[in-house]
Formats: sequence, structure tokens, C-alpha cells
Amino acid sequence: MDRISEILGRMGGVNLLPVALAAVAFILIGAPSSWATLTVAGLAMGMMVFLMASGLSLVFGLMDVLNFGHSAFVSFGAFIAATVLAGLSTWLAADSVALNTAALVMAFLAAILFGLVAGWFFETVIIRPVYKDHLRQILITMGAMIVAEQTILAFWGGTPFTVLRPHFLEGSWIIGDVSIEIYRGFAFLLGLAVFVGLYLVMNRTRIGLLVRAGVENREMVEALGFRVDRLFIAVFMLGSGLAALGGAMWAGYETLITPALGSELMIIVFIVVIIGGLGSIEGTLLGAILVGLMSNYLGFLAPKMALASNMILMVAILLWRPNGLKPAV
Amino acid sequence: MNQTQTTGALTIKLIVLAIGALLLFAPFLFQDVRSLEVAARICIFIVLVASYDLLIGYTGIVSFAHTMFFGFGAYGAAILLKGMGPGWTPVILGALAGVGVSLVFAIAIGLLSLRVKAIFFAMITLAAASVVLVLISQMSGLTGGEDGITYKAPDLFKPATKLLTDDEGKVVRLWDVRLNGKLAAYYFVFLTSLILFLLMLRFTTSPLGTVLKAIRENEQRAEAIGYRVVAYRTFVFCLSATMASLAGTIYAVWLKYTGPDTSLSFAIMIDILLMVVIGGMGTMWGAVIGAVLLVLAQYYLRDLMGAASEAMAGIPVLPNLLAADRWLFWLGIIFILLVYFFPKGIAGTAMDKGAAK
Repeated sequence: MDRISEILGRMGGVNLLPVALAAVAFILIGAPSSWATLTVAGLAMGMMVFLMASGLSLVFGLMDVLNFGHSAFVSFGAFIAATVLAGLSTWLAADSVALNTAALVMAFLAAILFGLVAGWFFETVIIRPVYKDHLRQILITMGAMIVAEQTILAFWGGTPFTVLRPHFLEGSWIIGDVSIEIYRGFAFLLGLAVFVGLYLVMNRTRIGLLVRAGVENREMVEALGFRVDRLFIAVFMLGSGLAALGGAMWAGYETLITPALGSELMIIVFIVVIIGGLGSIEGTLLGAILVGLMSNYLGFLAPKMALASNMILMVAILLWRPNGLKPAV
Repeated sequence: MNQTQTTGALTIKLIVLAIGALLLFAPFLFQDVRSLEVAARICIFIVLVASYDLLIGYTGIVSFAHTMFFGFGAYGAAILLKGMGPGWTPVILGALAGVGVSLVFAIAIGLLSLRVKAIFFAMITLAAASVVLVLISQMSGLTGGEDGITYKAPDLFKPATKLLTDDEGKVVRLWDVRLNGKLAAYYFVFLTSLILFLLMLRFTTSPLGTVLKAIRENEQRAEAIGYRVVAYRTFVFCLSATMASLAGTIYAVWLKYTGPDTSLSFAIMIDILLMVVIGGMGTMWGAVIGAVLLVLAQYYLRDLMGAASEAMAGIPVLPNLLAADRWLFWLGIIFILLVYFFPKGIAGTAMDKGAAK
């Protein structure tokens, strides 16, 4: 038994979980082509959820702040990107990849910019007065989420909003008898790029070193003379920006968005953060990919079960590892 | 700090007594259908909010699954009333079934979250509640799905039932109010709510309630003195779930309809949170005040906001923000301000005022 776990540990330990899940699903699904489609869909969803969840996880790890209003950034990101795309519809309709890309980049930049500004506002106005008081933090961020959701309703109305996509992201690649939606591939690649970027920043730069040290022991870092609170604002803004980017990508993925989007995704984001372990980027990625794969496989195998699947996954993982798969500390 | 000695505390208690008296005579004081609806809703929400206050105010646990338990109670009675026809047996069985399911879920969530950090509790309850909401909407064979279930209440509560008849066989009128089944239904709601509320009030002053307050104030110290914090927390979570489930049953009997919107939706959870915080956490009196204010606001403020929105018709965005549907926006802002400046809510703040006698 010990030898088996040692071998598994050397091969990657908990990192093997998504692979194991994919293998089990391969046997259960039977058809390789649908399995491949579902796997790509799961990975794409996982990457988008990772973008939304990474900020929440870091913010909690660094400052012990639990932000229930995080989903507001996701919804705002989605709606702002959709509005920018709608405003630039002439660019999107143009028969030039450059203009199409420009419109998409503008939309994503607008979402990220909003996320950064809103994150700064949220941190200084809403959360700063209630540091170290979990009860009031939960209540206040919940209140802020209500206000944000209502603001979206006031500006965009309650009717579903159609999101335009650039032409070159429409359709799907067909490799053999496997069809892969281009947008999913794009979402996966963009998510991967962000993860690699974050990973490098966290592990190869001085800022990342400070953030990781702060997650482990904030008082000690403060005692050494670093301003952890300033660092925290930066992390919070970054997290909000990423959440807005995730929301913007999700909007393009769903193509029809409603103001309830944020609160629906928040549940998934929470589950990802809990099973990944708070405060670690790698854990969040692992959790997000597990959740993405699980909901896509089960959505195909047993559609009725799909809704409860994430919950079951969380319960199972918490019973096995109460602190999540890869906690930072 | 002994709050019971201040004049503020006395005022709050007098206000609560006055509210109780108004609710007792509500059918005679306000004789239209809508007011009775409001009064019954206030009674039920007082119980629901008070039971939530046991968690958040007395023990310092934030749970987002309270509507889940409320829904279990409501659906328990609704499914059985639909299946077995009107009568008292399905109501009692439904209440018991609702409490049973609630207890199973409460213990499961309690045990699961004991394994993880306490802060996860809020997240786990939120996830559990949303899964239950989706599941209940999906199991349309049993629960009627999004449409919910319509059924008949026990015969005693039919509007046609005559409680007292005069010589000609007509319903007796007392101060112009017909003593019919509707009145009986209201007093059923009022009395059961009153009993549940008094039980909870008694509980908070019992030795057990004192231990809970000790845990809220200083967990480590309570643990060090020798109280098993974890056991007490699980117990109060179960107690509060039971109370919420019973409130759900009463509401199901009163409404004669149960659907996701009336019993399970996240909007109700937000209402409960607002009521607890506005009224004042950690005082049973606050639950009463919060529930009254918010239910009244729900029913009457919307009309006012609709009028204000029309008055602002020329200005951009503002009419949208003032529209009747956007009342949660303003409540959310009030909520945030309250948590900042008056974390004790109306009752808690008022009770600290006034010199000790």
C-alpha cells in the first residue's frame, strides 16, 4: 500500500486525478470521438473557471478575506465585453481577421480594465473596513453582490443578451471524426497562457515570492518591513481583472448571457476553490479542470446527475483531503 | 454589558409587544385580504428569521442553506397534502418528514464542514442549497418542478367553513369580521408561530443558550473551559433547521401552494439575511422588528418606488434604478451601510441606549 502511494506520488500525486477521471470516462463513454470532444469542452470550461477562481483563492490565502462578491466581477466582465463587441459590430462583420481580432482584444481589455478599477474600489471601500471579521466580511460582500447584480439589471435589463463572436472563432476544427469547437480551443489556450504567466510571476519574480510568503505567514513578512496591504490591493485588483476576463470569455462561450450568470458561476467557483485548496494557483487549476471535466462527462453520461456532480465531487474530495488537494500552506 | 436594564431595551420590548398585539388582532384591525396576507407572512418570517438568528447571532455561524430547510418543510406538507388530500394527517406527517430530511441534511453538512475550516461553512451551505434548489426544480414528477404544487388545506381552513353560526345558520360576525375558515387559518399561523418563537426565546435564555453566546464571543476560551464547541455548533444548526422546516410547513398550509419561488429561492435567503441584520443580530427581538419592517417594505415600498420611477421618467438610468423591481438595489445599499455603522442592527443599537436603572 505504501509503495503504491509512493509510486503514485512520484508520478505526480493528485495531479493524476484529471487523467484518472478522463481514463474512467473513456471506458464509460466508449466512443473515442465523443470522448475527445467532451474532454476538450471540459478543459476549456476548466480554464475559464480557473480564471474566475484564481483571484478568489489568492485573496483568501493572502489576507484571509472571503469575498462573496467575487462573482460580480465575472458578470460585469461578461456584460462589458458583450457591450463592447456589440458596439464594434462593424469591425466584427468586416472581412478581415485583423479587425476581428482588434474587436475581441478591445472587448477583453475593457473587461480587464473594468475589473482592475472595480477591484481597487471594492478593496478600498467595501472590504478594508472589515478586515479580520469574517462574519461582517461575508455579510458586506454579499450585500455588494446584491447591489452589483441589481446594477446590471438596471443597465442591461433582465432579458438575455446576445454576444457576438468574431468570425474566425466560429465553427469547429474537424480532425478525423473528432470535432472541436474553435472557441473552446481558443479558451483553453488563452487560459493556459494566463496560467503560465501567473505561475512564472508567482515562482520566478520577487513580487511572487512576497505573495507566496505572505500567504504562508503574513505577520512575518510585515515584520520584515514589506507593505503587505499594498501587495494585497495589487493581488485583489489582479484577481478581479482575471475574473472579469473569465466572465468575458464565458460570455463568448455561452453566446447568450443573463444577469444571473455571476451567481450561477459563483457556486462552481467556490467548489473549485474549496477542492483546490485555498491560496494556491496550482490547486485552483487542478480543481477547475476536475470540475470542468466532471460536469462535461456526467452531462453526457447521466444528464440528471450533472447538476449534483460538482457537489458530489466536493464532498468526496473533502472527505479525503479536508484542506483541499493542494493547499498553499 | 447588561442590555436588559436599559431604557432602550424596554422600548424595544414594548415595540415587540405592540407588534404582537397588532398581529393578534390583525384580522379585525385591517379587514382587506392583502393585509391579512402581509400579517401571516410576517408571523412566519418572524419564526424563520428568529431561527436563523440562533445561528448567525447567537453562535456566529453564517449559513446560506436556511431556505433549503424552509423548503423541505414546505414541500413535505405540500407533497403529502397533494397526495393524501386535505386533512390533518398529511400536515403532521409532512411536518415530521420535513424535519426528518432537514435533520439528515443538517447533520451531514455539519459533519462535513467540521472536517474543514469553519470559514468554508458558508460556501458549503451555499453550494448545497443551490444544488437542492436545482434538484427540486428538476424532479417535476414529485415536486411539480418550476410550477410548484397547488393543493387544498385542511377543511377547517376553507373560506366556506363556518366556525360559529347564528340561529339562521349564517356565519356569526364579530366586529364586522366573519368567523370563517380564513380566520381560523390566520390564527393557526399566528399561534403556531407564537409558540415556536416563545420556544426559541426560552432556549436563548437557557443555560444552553448561554454556552452558545460564550462560543460566539471566544471560541478558544469556551473550548478551554470544557465545552465541546463542535457538538454545540452542530446541535444549534440542527435546532435552527428544525425550526425553519416547521415554519415552512406552516407557510405551505397557509399559502395552499408551494413552489421554488415561495420556499427555496435565493431571494428568500437574501430577505432573511436582510431581516436579521436590519433587526439586529443576537437578539430575538431584532428578528421581530426586522421581519416586520422588511415584509412591510416588500409589500408597500414597491408601490412607492414605482411611483417615484414614473416621476423621474425624463432622466436617464435613474428611472431604471427606481423601478419597483430594483428595490433590492436600495436594500442592498442600506444593508452594507448598516453592517458598517450599526452592526448590531436596530434592536441591538437601541438596546444599548439609555442609562442603566
